[in-house]
Amino acid sequence: MPTPVIEINDISKRFVIRKEKSLKERLVNFGRSNLHKDDFWALRDVDLTIESGTTVGLIGPNGSGKSTLLKMISGILQPTSGSVQLRGRLAALLELGAGFHPDLTGRENVYLNASILGLSRSQTDQYFDAIVDFSGIEQFIDTQVKFYSSGMYVRLAFAVAVHVDPDILLVDEVLAVGDEPFQRKCMDRIRGFQQEGRTIVLVTHALDQVAEICDRAVVLEHGSVVADGPPRDALQVLRKGFEQTRQDDLERERASVPVAAERPHAVVERVEILDAQGTVTTAVEADAPLTVRVHVSSRDRLEGWIVGFGLETSSGQTIYGTNSRLLGVSLPAVTGQAAFDFSIARFCVGEGSYTVHGAVADSTGAELHRLVEGTSVRVAANGSEVGVVHLGATLAPASA
Amino acid sequence: MSHDHESRSAHLASLELRPAGPRAGFLRGTIQSVRDIWAHRELLDLLVRREIKARYKDSILGFFWSLAKPLALLLVYYVAIGKFLGAERVPGREGGIPEFAIFIFTGLTAWQLFSDIILGGTGSIVANAGLIKKVYVPREVFPLSVLGSSLFNFTIQLGILVTATVVSGAFPLGQRWLYLPLALAVLIVFASALALLLSAVNVYLRDVQYLVEIVIMILFWGSPIVYSWGLVHTRLEGSLLDTLYLMNPMTLVVVAFQRVFWVGGDGEATPDSLTIRLLVTLGISMLLLWVSQRIFARLQSNFAQEL
Repeated sequence: MPTPVIEINDISKRFVIRKEKSLKERLVNFGRSNLHKDDFWALRDVDLTIESGTTVGLIGPNGSGKSTLLKMISGILQPTSGSVQLRGRLAALLELGAGFHPDLTGRENVYLNASILGLSRSQTDQYFDAIVDFSGIEQFIDTQVKFYSSGMYVRLAFAVAVHVDPDILLVDEVLAVGDEPFQRKCMDRIRGFQQEGRTIVLVTHALDQVAEICDRAVVLEHGSVVADGPPRDALQVLRKGFEQTRQDDLERERASVPVAAERPHAVVERVEILDAQGTVTTAVEADAPLTVRVHVSSRDRLEGWIVGFGLETSSGQTIYGTNSRLLGVSLPAVTGQAAFDFSIARFCVGEGSYTVHGAVADSTGAELHRLVEGTSVRVAANGSEVGVVHLGATLAPASA
Repeated sequence: MSHDHESRSAHLASLELRPAGPRAGFLRGTIQSVRDIWAHRELLDLLVRREIKARYKDSILGFFWSLAKPLALLLVYYVAIGKFLGAERVPGREGGIPEFAIFIFTGLTAWQLFSDIILGGTGSIVANAGLIKKVYVPREVFPLSVLGSSLFNFTIQLGILVTATVVSGAFPLGQRWLYLPLALAVLIVFASALALLLSAVNVYLRDVQYLVEIVIMILFWGSPIVYSWGLVHTRLEGSLLDTLYLMNPMTLVVVAFQRVFWVGGDGEATPDSLTIRLLVTLGISMLLLWVSQRIFARLQSNFAQEL
């Protein structure tokens, strides 16, 4: 039976934003000080239980309270109400190289930083060579860190961080550091942690990373949990949210900027998949011909415009996209309803579920509207391949 | 790192849930705080080393500079007050303080420790803001690390003082040394209590650090460092002010230090029942330390968002 290692009961966090700071302002506004305070709820009634051995991704737009939640789990911030309970040793990597002192050498900083992250001196002695080896900067270990390049600094800091020995590891957007080989090393290390049964809570904006390494994702928005479950589902919710925000921004821009008023109004009403017989479907065979039909409606007359569609995997990775400009087709001027067919002779896509989006753009290429989940399509194949493309490979002895 | 999935899970299942961050509660909270700090003693040690190592890291004379200040002060006071204002006892003239250089350096040594702890401690939380916002460690370690590095400085200064007594041919001997641990205990406990409290308050009200600088300067002249206690005593002569003056913990500490190192001042006036006074002050200071720690624990929950 899995053991809960983090229990978050109904926590809320309120920040008071004061607009005055100096004594003079406080005296002048004394008695009316409530007028100069703003409450901001960074988190509201968040309830979470995290079991041992799971890797949980905390995702959400900027300012949704992810980092605040992480800080509360680590004890840096105290909740306004509710409680956070823990089991086991916890290490928080909220910033790489926290406590590095520029005037000390790399060696001295390793000991200091390790101690801050909860390693004892004898443990650090034991891991020291491994840490230096991992960082790959043996040569400079006795140099003051203020002479380090930013890459070296981060490498050393990360090397210390991955050698801590916690039961719970909190990570805040610090994985994407260093060059590519180093990043790969970091991800391997995280997988090692997972195998050792450590619990990892990860805040990140790299959504494909979440899909890759997490068993569970929690989406926060305006301080509340809006989705909690397998990464795929959670990512879909988040992407929808992002799309909504983008549409709202677009809408606002249209309303506020007079120049934007020149941008015509047009929306993608729906997207359909049609099979060879011309019937609407959501399930197709790999390699079969199909048609993607994009229905557009516009209030204004559209001229020199662009229509397109795209295909995404369920974790949100785009695998295909095209539009009328790329295809070299100029569209007729349109007012009101219209539909366009993208014909695909052989749908060479691997087995799985995909979402299809449709989009319209004006003549400059600026997007007017995008229907994110226009439709979905399930591709069935004979199970002889994995991956997102269907190549239909066959195997035979090489004819020498 | 040999735990596998199952054994780690089983191990964790055997543990009690504990709240994240510092605990509330008055008495149990204190015990927990002390335990937390004790668990972080290695970190404390490293932080002290960091302060000491980093302080004069790139200067050529390095550690000499931490001695230069008290030595310069000694010179200034010795010349200006001892010679020009005539506070030093010279043969053939009535009054004055015997062994004036030793006298002043004794007071300065004690005072330097006190002001280092208070001034360094007050700013310690704000100075470590980067760390406090990103990692949870018991925040008491920051004022305490200042205490550590101040003690290191003090030890060196004390070494110079002892050398000076040897050179002047009046090395203190016998029971008088018993005052030293007692006075030092009062100084450390009292200064730590203030440093803890001020460091926490300073987070919310940054004006505190400027205020403290001024108060420390006033208190310097409110303790018998450059003038003798006898001088004050003869002026005030048992009045309320005299009692108040003696209630200043630093007065007692400085006088006790002088009783140890200022052999030349043996015949001079000293407060009666100094030991009792020191013991009472120590008791009060410990109480103060406890209260400060509790206030600190209460205030620290919002450090990360106020910094």
